[in-house]
This record gives sequence, structure tokens and C-alpha cells, in this order.
Amino acid sequence: MIQRAYIVPGQPHIYLAPERNAGWASLRQAYQAVGREIANSGAELLLVYSTQWFSVIGHLMQVDPNPKWTLVDQNWYEFGEIPYSFRIDPAFGELYAGICKANGMQASTVNYHGFPIDTGSVVALKLLNPDNAIPASIVSCNIYAERDESRALGFAARAAIEQYGKKTIVVCVTNLSNRYEVGDIDPSRDRVSSAKDDEWNRKILEMLGEGRLEDVAQVAREFGREANADMGFKAIWWLGALMGEHNRYDGKVWDYEPVWGTGSAIVELTPSAKELDFEKEFDEAAPAIAVTGGTGLQTHNVLGEAPKRDEQDTEDATPVIRTERAPKPVGPYPHARRVGDLLFLSGIGPRTPGTNEIPVGIEAQTRRCIENIRAILEDAGSSLDNILDVTVYLTDMKRDFERFNAVYAEYLGHVQPTRTTVGVDSLPTPIDVELKVIASQ
Amino acid sequence: MNGQIVGGLLAPHPPHIVYGENHWRNEPKSECGWEVLRWGYERARKHFLAKKPDVILVHSPHWQTVIGHHFLGVPEFHGLSVDPIFPNLFRYKYDIKVDVELAELIAEEGRNDGLVTKLMRNPNFRVDYGTIVSCHMINPEWDIPIVGISSNNSPYYFSNEMGQTQMIRLGQATRRAIEKSGRRAILLASNTLSHRHFTTESDIPEDMSREHVYEHSGYLWDMKVIDLMRTGRTKELIAVLPEFMDHAVSEVKAGSLAWMLSALNFPDYPGELYGYWTVIGTGNAVVGWDPQLKAAATTQGAAASV
Repeated sequence: MIQRAYIVPGQPHIYLAPERNAGWASLRQAYQAVGREIANSGAELLLVYSTQWFSVIGHLMQVDPNPKWTLVDQNWYEFGEIPYSFRIDPAFGELYAGICKANGMQASTVNYHGFPIDTGSVVALKLLNPDNAIPASIVSCNIYAERDESRALGFAARAAIEQYGKKTIVVCVTNLSNRYEVGDIDPSRDRVSSAKDDEWNRKILEMLGEGRLEDVAQVAREFGREANADMGFKAIWWLGALMGEHNRYDGKVWDYEPVWGTGSAIVELTPSAKELDFEKEFDEAAPAIAVTGGTGLQTHNVLGEAPKRDEQDTEDATPVIRTERAPKPVGPYPHARRVGDLLFLSGIGPRTPGTNEIPVGIEAQTRRCIENIRAILEDAGSSLDNILDVTVYLTDMKRDFERFNAVYAEYLGHVQPTRTTVGVDSLPTPIDVELKVIASQ
Repeated sequence: MNGQIVGGLLAPHPPHIVYGENHWRNEPKSECGWEVLRWGYERARKHFLAKKPDVILVHSPHWQTVIGHHFLGVPEFHGLSVDPIFPNLFRYKYDIKVDVELAELIAEEGRNDGLVTKLMRNPNFRVDYGTIVSCHMINPEWDIPIVGISSNNSPYYFSNEMGQTQMIRLGQATRRAIEKSGRRAILLASNTLSHRHFTTESDIPEDMSREHVYEHSGYLWDMKVIDLMRTGRTKELIAVLPEFMDHAVSEVKAGSLAWMLSALNFPDYPGELYGYWTVIGTGNAVVGWDPQLKAAATTQGAAASV
């Protein structure tokens, strides 16, 4: 459902004053080209996260179907004002907030006349979706949210998109380095305010151009410290979680320019099936949503108790996973369900995707089982390396165990999940082995 | 021209206190809330409005600028202020008169001292809720014009000390401009003290059983700086503010308090504590300095020494 993502800047200079600086004009042209690409994409929803919409109490989701106002930026009012009237998809905002709440996060919807939509969201929507052809949803950026909270918000967004079932384009409004020139400058001589910031920006853009979104997420803290990145570059954690936390994207840097000393870029990331020479090596665990009854935000929660779950919320919180890359289930069940950061897989057998052919012999069947599991996990944004627990069903323990065990060790020996192996009389189809797996995200 | 500053107030701006008041200008309604602060504001209001000020100046952390110090530069603003963080609590209809002449004078004094200053001339500009809340709490009738001043965040990119130095210069420029203007002015520093918020809200926002300071260290810092205010040691206070900013995430980093104390020429007489309480975990104090009290203390001292 997630077609692609864009990282865009949110300064009004690009929209209101392109004639004052060639770089601002270039960014505007790139913005508009991306807008045309989006218009032709068949997207049914634009999901916008803006670092300029600050929140303190958890996260806020805009659900006013038609917010209207005239924006006068608090700092850049000299460039003029921006009247706006946007088309918002309230149902998605409600769903997104509901999933966050079911995951133990604090989230609220916003539907108030005169609510001040932030400059970043306004600039992005005016340039990317000028005719409101595609309904949008906007989510805030919590000033206290660290990596866990931002990732939890991203996972919730992904779950909401999957449940909503509409083709979605994700827009992340954030600057790169965010050190403004502190005095009046001649706009035509605008440049990134330090060589160090510029070097960092280019390093980040090189990785994004190669589609290495997760690698960028891993160095976001350093980037935030060294280049005063916009809101610590937390937006990339949200985006990374939403997109699956890996590096398999086609990246394209549309433009990179200074805006009053900041580094501003337009980047496109499209999920791809490309193979990587080496796999990720991530340094942090998944956020503890659902498992502990709350995200990291809850550790700050002194005022309120964790939200209570009702049946609908629980349903919302456990989206189903289905993939074409694994054999179709033989009954009314999905390949997997996600609860928080855990993936519960159905029993997965050795049938071949597409043909339903059953390989001959326990080695080939075991190999096929695990490859099917790999496909399901990867499409859910996880991997074999994240398997926590395995239950193995063999129809002939005496005959097959040793050969099964050798193949299993080849794939999962280094992962060391807990395992239970049982012998059974039969399985629903004429297969010799089936694996039941629990994995983390 | 003999203008003078007739009072200065640390006047924090959490929208909750307007929400708790149920004023007709604010749409959301409450059962109660944050009375200790609101009653403190009432006493401060009574004391300082009795001085018949011509103008109220407010330096607000929620009008954030990066290129210098900005001033409201339109004679009147009318509109609706919806707090982007607490829209459930604050949707306020405002009608504000601005003393543009004094704003221009301060901007000019600042420029002459090497500061970047600007006048905001767009009547569609939405006045920030920090300005509105602090002014409302001191003068809910809105019958006295204001001078609205932005908080310039950018010098703090370099260091807290550099940012504060610039706010002190702005305060000095403000004092000179007021003296030239002939106005009787009250100053409002619209910032809280310790500024760590809770990130969740109870179902009843005004449920006071849930309200307390976010962390003990924030409370200790708040008490330390309040003690310095109450004992008239504002030069010592200024010296520790950069540390306070880092240790208690203090909103004094917006520069409002440094600006006001500088404009008051760093009072060495006690500030009156009108009230202290927390709002969603942040520390808020209403503290006033009345230059007449210094004059009275000096006179009494002289009489005693005769």
C-alpha cells in the first residue's frame, strides 16, 4: 500500500520567494516535479509528518475535513502570506490515532476551526498537491519523542496504512542541517551556514540516494548533534519504521540547496526488491509497544493511566500480514498477525508459492518452509534473524529429524531461537514438516 | 520625557490558567483548575493596574524568531488564537491594541545598539498564545495597549550565555526607549521556570489531583531561583540562569526573564511572590517587582540612619 516516500523541506521561502534565490527556485521546481509525479501515481492518500507541527501531549492527527486559514509565518512574514484550504481524510487520521492508542501511546485527533496548520505542512501540501486532488492526513512531531517513540509512531502509521487499504504516498517534512543564518543576509548569496553542516548533509544524501534509509536512521543521532539537524532528525526514525526499517529502496535526490543557512533537500525513496551484498546490522531493539503496555512515551506518563483497550482497538492493533511471496493459506487464516513489535506466524508448510508444488524429501521441504517464512517476515518488515521461537511439527520424527535438523541449523543455528519439536500423525496437506514461528519486528 | 517602568512581572503563559478561569473569550470550559496561580495573578493584577500604566510590554517565548527581535507593528489585531499544542483548552477570541510608536522606538534603540530588530506589519498575523495568556492574566479587559516582542532563538545556537547577553542588551534598549517615550510601562516576562512537561493528559485536564512538578530536580531549581528573586539578588540570578536552562530545561532560555530584569536594571530589592504552582509538570511562578518598593526601602533606610 505504501507506494513511495518523499523527504521535503518546509520553509516558506521556496513557495513565496523563489525569485530571490536560484536555489529556492530550484527547490520549488523540484517540488513541483514531484507533485506531478504524485498526481500521476494513482495515490489515494498523502500522509504528512512535519517537524514544524510541535506537540507535547503525545501526537496529534488532523481530522478537520477542510481546514482553511491564511498563514502568516511567525518569522518569515515579510515574504507574504499563504491562504490555504486543504482536503483532509478524517477517517485515516481517526484510524491512525486509534492504533496509536491501542498500542499504549498518547494520541488525539484535532478538529477545531482556526487550528494553526504549521508552515511546513502548508508549504508541502501547496506544492505537492496544489489542487487537493489527493486527500491528505497530517501528524505532529512530539518535541520529547526519542527514537523509540518516533519508531512506534512509524509502525502505527504502517499498520494504519495496511488496514486502510489505500495507495499511500508518505511525505516527511524536515530540514537536514537546521542552523539558520542569524541575521539579515542577501538572499542571492544564501549558503549552508557551515562547511561541516554541508559535509554532513552530503553524507546523508549520498546514503539516501543509494536507498539506505535504515543506515541514515542509524546515524541520525550523530547527524543531529553535529549538524544541528532539524528536531534531531527524528523524522527519519518515523519514516524508517513506516517503510520497513531496511535499506532496500531506490533512492533519488531531486535537489539540495541552502535556505537561509539550513540544508534543504528533496529526496524520493521507492521500495525495491534489490538484493544487498550484506545485511543490516542494527544497534537497537524494537520499541516496547504493546509488550509493556506503552511506548517510551509512557515512561513520562505521570498524569494519566495507560489507555484501556476495547475490542475494536485490539482488532486495530493486530493487523494481518498476507504476502504473494508465500503459498496461500489452506484455511481462513492469514500468514501472520502483528501485535506491537511481535509477529505471530501461522503454521507454514513447504508448498511452493504460485504452483503449490510440494518439494520431495525432508531437506527440500524444510528449506522451502524456511524460505516461505523468510518471505512473510520480510514483507512484514522483519527477517529470519529476528525469529524468537519456533515450533516444529514432523509427521515422521524417527525418519526425518536428523536431516531436518541439519537444514534448520544451516538457516537458524546462528540465530538461536527457542524451539520445540513434536511428532504428529498428519498435517492438513500431504507434507512432512510445518513450522510455527514468533518473531520480533 | 521621564517615562518610567512602573512594574515588572514574571508572568507565565500556560493556557490552562485561562481555561481554568472560564473567561467568555475562551471557548473551552472547565470545572476548576490551577487556582493558586490564578489567585496569585489576581493579586498581582490589582497591585500593578493601580499604577495606571499607559502600556504593557510582553516578551513571549511562543513568538519564536531566528533573525533578530521582532515587534508587533500594527495598531490593532483581532482574531482567534487556537493553541497548536493544547487546542482542547485554548481557543481564544482576541482584540488587541498595540502601542506601535513605542515598539518602533525600542526597535530603533536596539538597532542603534547593534541588534537586529524588525516590525511585523501584517494585520493577518496571528498573535501567539504566550502573549495573549500573559496579557489576559494581567489585564483581561484589554483596555491598555501592548508592545509584543518575539523571543529570538538564534543566539542560543551558540551558547546560553551568548543568547542571554543579547537579551540583556534588548532590555537596556527597552528601558531607554520607555524613558524617551514618556510612557508608564509594565513589563511581562512570559516564561515558566522548570519546563519539563508531562506528555500525557488525564481525561479531565483540570484534575488537580494529577498535578505536581515533573521532577524533583526541577523543583529544587525553581525554589533556588525564586529564593534569589524574593531576596532581591537578581544579578546572582542572571549568573545562574544559563545553568538553569540546561539542568531544568527551563523556559527562561526564551530570554524573557533576562530581558525584563535588564530593563528593570537588575533589581536589588525583593520581588513579591504572588504564587507558584505546576502546570502539566512545569514550574510556574508569578513574581512582581515594584520600583516604588525600592524607593520606599531607600527612604526608610535614610530615615533610620539619621
